[in-house]
Amino acid sequence: MEVIAFFAGAIGALGGAIAVIALRNPFYSVLALVVHLVSLAGLFLMLHAEFIAAAQIVVYAGAVMVLYVFVAAYVGGIEEPIWEPIPGQRLLAPLLVGALFAELSIAVLGTALSSLDTEGPTVQIGFGSPGQIGRLFLERFLVVFEASSMLLLVAAVGAIVLAGRRRDDDASATGRGHEAEAA
Amino acid sequence: MDVSWYLVLSALLFAIGAGGVLIRRSPLVILLCLELMLNAGNLALLAFSRANGNEDGQVFALVVMVVAACEVVVGLGLIVAMFRRRLPLNVDDMRELRG
Repeated sequence: MEVIAFFAGAIGALGGAIAVIALRNPFYSVLALVVHLVSLAGLFLMLHAEFIAAAQIVVYAGAVMVLYVFVAAYVGGIEEPIWEPIPGQRLLAPLLVGALFAELSIAVLGTALSSLDTEGPTVQIGFGSPGQIGRLFLERFLVVFEASSMLLLVAAVGAIVLAGRRRDDDASATGRGHEAEAA
Repeated sequence: MDVSWYLVLSALLFAIGAGGVLIRRSPLVILLCLELMLNAGNLALLAFSRANGNEDGQVFALVVMVVAACEVVVGLGLIVAMFRRRLPLNVDDMRELRG
């Protein structure tokens, strides 16, 4: 049963990932990433990370993907040129991907960590529950928690500064009428 | 399922994301591929957390999600700013930092 669940999640995650890089339309790529994230949340559940799986669905597949969908719809279809800036780039990239996968797999499977060939130790009830994660965040990782909240604030302000409409853009777009209004 | 299966799956997902960054030219899709790589890293963190029976890896994965959200917000802000200024939405044409 567990094997079936793992392979269902793995196939969903792999199919979503391949669809993200293979589909030409960015809008469909975003939707494929939602499939990938939901399958990955299922795998997180099997690793006893209940809170992370819920956060993955709510934060990623919900909020972040809505942002992507809006930007993809705003920007519209982006045409990618057939022309390759580096000759042979589209042939070379899969070779590099294969090499990277082989290297990572060798690194993971070649370790002498005996716990990797087991399902992991039996954990007590409540492992990965919101209560446990919250306790860790407010006790051992309090500085990390505060730093990440500062990072979110800075990113939100930065996004407003980057994407916000500037006054000179407005003036050039609407002509003199806007300047007169401002004066 | 052994933990090593999850780790090999995470390596494969990371490689696919890296390939997407190498092949695609649209900044929006490159951001999506970065998400793929970050999520592969999250899967590996949770697998190691399970292997050790310790929740520290899960806290790390949450922090990675926060960093990914920040990266998305700033990256999408840049894409919208590029679109407003009618710059080409192609990472090969965007070689200069000068606005």
